[in-house]
Amino acid sequence: MPAPPLLALRGVSKRFGVVHVLEDIELEIRAGQVVALMGDNGAGKSTLVKVISGVSPADKGVIEWEGRTVHIRRPHDARDLGIATVYQDLALCGNLDVVGNLFLGREIRRYGFLDEVEMERRTRDLLEHLATGVPDLRAPVVSLSSGQRQTVAIARSLLGNPRVLLLDEPTAALGLQQTTEVLDLVDRLRDRGLGVLLISHNMGDVKALADRAAVLRLGRNNGFFDVNTASQEQIISSITGATQNVPRRTAFREEW
Amino acid sequence: MKGTRNTADDTGAGPSTSTTQDRRPRRGRAVVRALEGWAAAFRLKLNAGELGSLPVVLVLVAVWVVFQILNENFLSPRNLSNLSVDIVGTGLIAVGVVFVLLIGQIDLSVGSISGLAAALFAVLNVNNGVPEWLALIIAVVSGTAVGTIQGFSFARTRVPAFVVTLAGLLTWNGLMLYILGTSGTINLDENGLVAKLTSYYFTNDAAAYGLAAVGAGLVFIASYQDRRRRKAVGMPHRSLREIGVRTGGLAVVAFVAAFVLNRFQGLPLAFLIFLVAVAGLDVVLRRTRYGRQVYALGGGVEAARRASLRVVRVQTAVLAVSGTMAAIGGLFLASRITSVSQASGGGVLLLNAIAAAVIGGTSLFGGRGTTWSAVLGILVIESVASGMAITDTPVAVQFMITGGVLFAAVVIDSLSRRTQEAHGRA
Repeated sequence: MPAPPLLALRGVSKRFGVVHVLEDIELEIRAGQVVALMGDNGAGKSTLVKVISGVSPADKGVIEWEGRTVHIRRPHDARDLGIATVYQDLALCGNLDVVGNLFLGREIRRYGFLDEVEMERRTRDLLEHLATGVPDLRAPVVSLSSGQRQTVAIARSLLGNPRVLLLDEPTAALGLQQTTEVLDLVDRLRDRGLGVLLISHNMGDVKALADRAAVLRLGRNNGFFDVNTASQEQIISSITGATQNVPRRTAFREEW
Repeated sequence: MKGTRNTADDTGAGPSTSTTQDRRPRRGRAVVRALEGWAAAFRLKLNAGELGSLPVVLVLVAVWVVFQILNENFLSPRNLSNLSVDIVGTGLIAVGVVFVLLIGQIDLSVGSISGLAAALFAVLNVNNGVPEWLALIIAVVSGTAVGTIQGFSFARTRVPAFVVTLAGLLTWNGLMLYILGTSGTINLDENGLVAKLTSYYFTNDAAAYGLAAVGAGLVFIASYQDRRRRKAVGMPHRSLREIGVRTGGLAVVAFVAAFVLNRFQGLPLAFLIFLVAVAGLDVVLRRTRYGRQVYALGGGVEAARRASLRVVRVQTAVLAVSGTMAAIGGLFLASRITSVSQASGGGVLLLNAIAAAVIGGTSLFGGRGTTWSAVLGILVIESVASGMAITDTPVAVQFMITGGVLFAAVVIDSLSRRTQEAHGRA
């Protein structure tokens, strides 16, 4: 029996009113592994991210952290476990500067007051590791380019040394160069032993980066694939539902 | 403020070089620079790319020049000293409004709360013989309580604060009338604690000069320490010269103000309290975790929530602050006329308080502004009012001018916001 996965979802369900957005979702993320979460629009990918990150907790089901059951009811809980999230809309405060955004919710204090110098120093060190173009640390985030904002959002997620990173469409708004940078970064994070859940529409990114792919369709699991062995067509047909008599949970599932 | 930290040596013209007659543009720039430095010393880097307080300072200068031309008594020590006391009541309320505007909401109940607190104090103290200090505390705490109730309802139900406080405006005004009952106007003790709030002056010259020196000194020490720590870890820091120019500019303004105040009756207690309150709340906003959270809410509630901020708590606290400041402001307003009546907290008070915050540069869209904007804004509004009174201009014209200034301020706010966003997209 191998070590339990870092993060596992067992039968997680979520509904908004009468709409079942997520039903009986199973998912495992292991250390040093990139799991791609794929699915068409409205498949429930972003909702699943919000469930894991505690923004909108699950109605039913169990979340396990290293084999033991945990409760994630608010973003704070997820952060304390070591789960960091980069949202699709980045969720940055446009009026705050880079430093302010990075340390929002975990400001460093000195004699009870904010320690701007220390926060700025750490921000600078962190960004120097991440990006080639370090933006002006004291510029309000609203004045940065989308690529720079993405960098800020990722830097913020890495600040607390997380063990699992959730990336919701991290490359959707980026150009080629920046996409490569982000993907390289994810690669390095995997090598450092983080578990990564990568939501992406881009089959190329997934093929290049992910170890596993989990497909959602209409709020249900619709297949798990080993990205290295499964064909692109298999995955795509699972996303679109082109396969007949979609095996909901077990049939398409390969051994992890 | 632009280029405050990285551009260490861009200052060609300090105030000392501004005496040369034949170089007017340079001289103008030096003056602007001094003003900028003065304001910038209090502003956070958040404001990068903003016009800052420069427009409102220019408006204030224009208002003062025009009225001085119309009536030579306008800039007399007596009038300026009175002005420094007149601004305090509404100014304190406006400081509370700044907090609410920062989270992108608006508080319409501050006028009613100020009236309620004043009425509560008057009824308790004058009619029921409660000691002044106790009545004072009860009045202020009632403002906090009312603000907390409103804040919690708004944060929990997510009904816009605009609506919650509109209901509050009626409710608390009704409560004030109920408390006052049939007594109509209640006169406060002319020699009491509350009356002293606006009638006491530190007649010793040393008080005003001392305050100016302490203020400038604190700003200098803070900037110097900041520079030292930044330098120690190899971060960009301000040059000593820049710090010198900034604190120097601040000191000049402070000492001129002290000189003028001493020419009349000395430093007014009310003005001292006002400055201490504004400076203290400025530190709270810019240098504490709570303040950072207030700004974050103005930048986006959802983003703040995902950063694991306790949104309900912060929103409640913000309206509690504005309620408290409204109550304190109401006591100062009552103190100024040493009476409380059914008209207390009514009229244009609410509009002036909000207008002051906005004119001073606090954004209606949330997330931008400082408590000092309330000071500048209320100075403009009260200067216009005082100038109108001194030149016997009808109130009608005064309303129109204040309205015009407010309109201009809102347009500038909106334009600078759009410029910033366009800048961001480029």
